[in-house]
Amino acid sequence: MFKQLKVLAVAAVMALAAGSLTACSGDDGAVKIGIKFDQPGLGQQVGNSYEGFDIDVANFVAKELGYESVEFVETPSAQRETMLQSDQVKMIFATYSITDERKEKVSFAGPYIIAGQDLLVRADATDINGPEDLPGKRLCSVKGSTSAQNLNDKYGGQAQLQEYDNYSKCVEALAAGNIDVVSTDNTILYGFASQDQYKGKIKVVGETFSEERYGVGIKKGDTELCNKINDALTKMVESGEWQAAADKYLGPAGFELGADNPPTPDACS
Amino acid sequence: MSTQTVLFDNPGPRAKLLYRVVGVVGVIILLGIAAVIVVALGNPDNNQWAPQKWLPLLEPVTWTAYLLPGLWSTLSAAVCAIVLAAVLGLLLGMGRLSSVTVVRGVCGVLVEFLRAVPVLVMMLFAYYFAIFGLHIFGRPATFFGVVAGLTLYNGAVIAELIRSGVHSLPKGQREAALAVGMTHTQTLVTVLLPQAVTAMLPSLISQLVVVLKDTALGYMISYSELLRAAQTFATPNANLIPTLMVTAVMFIIINFSLSMVANKLEARLRRSRRGPRVVVTADVIDDPAEAPTK
Amino acid sequence: MGELFSGMATLLEKYDVLGAFWMTIKLTVVAAVGSLVIGTVVAILRVAPIGALRIFGTAYVNTIRNTPLTLIVFFFAFGFMNTLGWSIAPRDSPTSLADNNFWFGVIGLSVYHAAFVAEALRSGINTVPAGQAEAARAIGLSFMPALTNVILPQAFRGAIAPLGTTLIALTKNTTVLATIGVAELSYIMSGMLEFNISLLFAIFVLIALAFVILTLPMGFFFTWLSRRLVVQR
Repeated sequence: MFKQLKVLAVAAVMALAAGSLTACSGDDGAVKIGIKFDQPGLGQQVGNSYEGFDIDVANFVAKELGYESVEFVETPSAQRETMLQSDQVKMIFATYSITDERKEKVSFAGPYIIAGQDLLVRADATDINGPEDLPGKRLCSVKGSTSAQNLNDKYGGQAQLQEYDNYSKCVEALAAGNIDVVSTDNTILYGFASQDQYKGKIKVVGETFSEERYGVGIKKGDTELCNKINDALTKMVESGEWQAAADKYLGPAGFELGADNPPTPDACS
Repeated sequence: MSTQTVLFDNPGPRAKLLYRVVGVVGVIILLGIAAVIVVALGNPDNNQWAPQKWLPLLEPVTWTAYLLPGLWSTLSAAVCAIVLAAVLGLLLGMGRLSSVTVVRGVCGVLVEFLRAVPVLVMMLFAYYFAIFGLHIFGRPATFFGVVAGLTLYNGAVIAELIRSGVHSLPKGQREAALAVGMTHTQTLVTVLLPQAVTAMLPSLISQLVVVLKDTALGYMISYSELLRAAQTFATPNANLIPTLMVTAVMFIIINFSLSMVANKLEARLRRSRRGPRVVVTADVIDDPAEAPTK
Repeated sequence: MGELFSGMATLLEKYDVLGAFWMTIKLTVVAAVGSLVIGTVVAILRVAPIGALRIFGTAYVNTIRNTPLTLIVFFFAFGFMNTLGWSIAPRDSPTSLADNNFWFGVIGLSVYHAAFVAEALRSGINTVPAGQAEAARAIGLSFMPALTNVILPQAFRGAIAPLGTTLIALTKNTTVLATIGVAELSYIMSGMLEFNISLLFAIFVLIALAFVILTLPMGFFFTWLSRRLVVQR
């Protein structure tokens, strides 16, 4: 009579065990690096591996720091600070702009590249040449990124704002005509503009109106690690590998590096 | 099925003709709607039937790196959730049948509350609670959020199933147990619950379909289930729609098979002489707790 | 406790909770009408004397019931709206985005819950005794008049309890539209969580209460209604 109950109880215990195992597994000595999984050209899962500029920089730095293997972990924007604070990841290379607000919770090495906010429009659009043309347009950005809201607040608040959880959805809607503008860092926008499916259909306006300095997120106050990463970044630039990675992933998209790039890392504090 | 035959007479020659005309017109309308969608998807500006959108789906790495791991995440969360929900449901259900008024009241309020709140709201809460209350992060936090949200809601549903299962047992069972000197709790645990649990096995499997569908809500808290994996795959290939179609087919096949198993099991329980007299069913609705028991 | 209330007061001040609450109600009402219409049609198809239509009705219910609502909403929002470029609101309307999201979301909700409405109605039709249909035929009514004048009115009464359950499920399922950016309760909830994590419990209690306020009376109402309208036999 107790058979069913017993089965249930055993199954429950097994499930709990499985759950706690998932929670504790994966500590096998490799350095854990946080990246994005869904940003073409920067950090994108391709089959069983990851490709993009962020990934190449991360791999170079990890090697310079003496790590033999790297385990990449997805770090959603909203979780980046907490994952560093709780040692879930050692470093984060995920289009992570250095800001004073974030510096209160984590420290940054780098910057390793300087990007800027830009606009993505349909190839035949002539009426949008900068943020001042936004009022009355339909603007798409990603939920949790404050950039779109700031943009709207700054330029009249007249644009209609659509928020999705992923830029690819914005870009698809842009190509189909239900959205007029997609706005975020130009590095990300060029990644989409260079996809085969969108070639000739969409274009980046090319007028940046903010400076996004991508840093390497690390635990707050770890100056030693910060210095090591900065040395590795400098070495990457000197060896020409930085340029090679930039040419490989951002070059085909038409991304102009500009005079700011490659940047000199900030002093660690 | 029986009503279908009494709803209409055996058609005569005129009715037969009429049925045939209506049937043909109906089929033409349905095919027309389908054709409009198929043609619209093939719009030359943005052709969703283009081979370059579908060929990536045929590559083995698509399945080994994205879709199958995503499916595994979906299934593991669903199975964990249904098992934990069964445990929680058993506890809450026993609480609602308790002879102590306070326990009954508290469990009743809890069950009503958990059933009134959307699963997504509970997932969001559990996910942020995992991060900021329990200090677990990354994938385990999303897993916790999904499983906790699903467990709380479905536990309440199962508690209701158990209660209605026990109530639908013949009165004699309880009376006989009390007459031979068993206490209230003994009666419940050794006589009533085992019968009720067997009776609700089919609905437990049907509930698994509901759970499986609801894991897709884990998408919102970035749990890497099937839908999210599909989207990560679709981003570099710019083939969201074809990928979603494949994902939908996967869900439908799995859920349809599960429903079939539930139906088979139910039919078997009804037939078997040794089995319980009542079968608690939940074949109609998302929320079987309120389905009328047959 | 006091902290909880002050937290909720802060949230009510900072966020348009009432607007989101109203949006949830609007979505529920419009999608309820939509799913009732589609569901009734599907239920009729399922009992129709024409084989092809019956097959379609069954296929609809089996397909839709086994697909996650999130996926169905995605098909309407990202498929029909964003990939095919279909638009319900005029393109140049100043609220075209919000309107399109609302309407494609409502269509997704309606299509999904129609399958459950159809099943509820079919179970309602099954509660109507065969004698009713036979009597209708005996006085010369053919399929459609017998269905609309005799069977369906009784079936609706018999189906009130499962229809009520479907409506409650629909109310809660409007939260799925947060994925496409409709500003209903769960959408502002995720916004609140992102920027006010210290108020975690207040946020949860506030949003949960909003749904309790909506669904509990619905449950009581439908229980009362199904008792009141039960066909005495």
